[in-house]
Amino acid sequence: MEWLPLYLSIKLACVSTCALIILAAPLAYVLAYSRFAGKSLLEALINLPLALPPTVVGFYLLVVMGPKGTVGRIWEAATGSPLLFTFLGIAIASIVYSLPFAIQPMKAAFEKIDRRLLESAYVLGLSRFATFIKVIIPNSIAGIAASAILVFIHSMGAFGVLLMVGGSIPGETKVASIAIYEATEALNYREAGLMSLTLVPISYAFLLLINRLNRSKSHGA
Amino acid sequence: MELRIDIKKMLPHFDLDVSFVCEDERMLVLIGPSGGGKTTIIRIIAGLEKPDEGSVAYNGETWLDVGKSIFIPPQKRRLGYVFQDYTLFPHLNVYGNIAFSAHDKKDADELLRVFGIRHLRNRKPYEISGGERQRCAICQALARRPQVLLLDEPFSALDVITRRMLRDELKAMKSTLSLPIVYVTHDINEALFLADDILPIVEGKIARNWMQQTITRTVSPETGRSRAVREPRLSLAY
Repeated sequence: MEWLPLYLSIKLACVSTCALIILAAPLAYVLAYSRFAGKSLLEALINLPLALPPTVVGFYLLVVMGPKGTVGRIWEAATGSPLLFTFLGIAIASIVYSLPFAIQPMKAAFEKIDRRLLESAYVLGLSRFATFIKVIIPNSIAGIAASAILVFIHSMGAFGVLLMVGGSIPGETKVASIAIYEATEALNYREAGLMSLTLVPISYAFLLLINRLNRSKSHGA
Repeated sequence: MELRIDIKKMLPHFDLDVSFVCEDERMLVLIGPSGGGKTTIIRIIAGLEKPDEGSVAYNGETWLDVGKSIFIPPQKRRLGYVFQDYTLFPHLNVYGNIAFSAHDKKDADELLRVFGIRHLRNRKPYEISGGERQRCAICQALARRPQVLLLDEPFSALDVITRRMLRDELKAMKSTLSLPIVYVTHDINEALFLADDILPIVEGKIARNWMQQTITRTVSPETGRSRAVREPRLSLAY
């Protein structure tokens, strides 16, 4: 069995998870605690990948990240190399595609925190940022962990969006889901079966972990 | 040193309009029926809410002046605030909660000793009783060495015995604190027992006759202490 696609999938999932935890936390904070015009529009935009076919998300990312797209043009001008069909390109695609999975559990966890705890922190002299770091984050660990696990699983299983943005370049963008698809197309069922079999226990273990987290959260409450 | 309040705010069912002064080393008790605007006043003093008009000043320093667009955020007012319900940080132990914003970490140890909760130092808030939690909340508020202490019905969720014990402790401690204290309650017994000054608040206004209208005051022949005969809990508490 080819191990490189599986390694790439795990690498992609790790990169997406780390990036999204950092990116999603402030966004979830804004959505949980702020009131501003257009908040529901922003929230719907973030959740759009949930409602669209992956190929549609992939198509728009292809356009934006391509040599004629805004992001792709800026990137090429700055680095001299393209963004499409690279590991970084599929990592960005995976981050955009998994963003709602990171935001929702985190936002729910932030919203559950009693507002008076935050007010108590303000009265005790903490700035909003310090309150976020010292009060909100430590009291939302289960929600943040749930976000991380969901993003990891989702990134491991991404297919359409990655294929559109990254194609299938061995060692660069050919992740496990794409390798399984190609092996199946080539009627190499043994290879496809073995690779699928390795993904099942990984995803199952992470889902068990989520259930456990949810149980501990409900017991804690 | 004094806390000077003059505020107006439109609330859903009435307009809040109060003006008063709380002097140093005095406990001013805001009393009145629930939903009368007492908590809103204390939240405005803390900077957690803004009035539509008016000002809040401590010792000549303006904390809030709507007309002059001055607003000092709660973080910079250096006050102690004990909330109605337990607002200890659940992820920290008792010591962590008290030392959270302590001016000097030694203060946290000293407060633990004074309030008799040193043995609870490493316990989490959910592992201790309601009375112990409120003791811890008072320590947390005092550890910051506040300029003003605000207490919003701090004992309302406690049983009668614990409540009475904590009231006694607070009264004893009051004389050692040289700062203005604003205490909110709807309990007449508590107000009579703790207050240096009482300010009845009814539907957002100071209602000086409210106490007389609500209770009939007599003097107990045994103790000479004022008693409110129409308050059933009075006999239990005092």
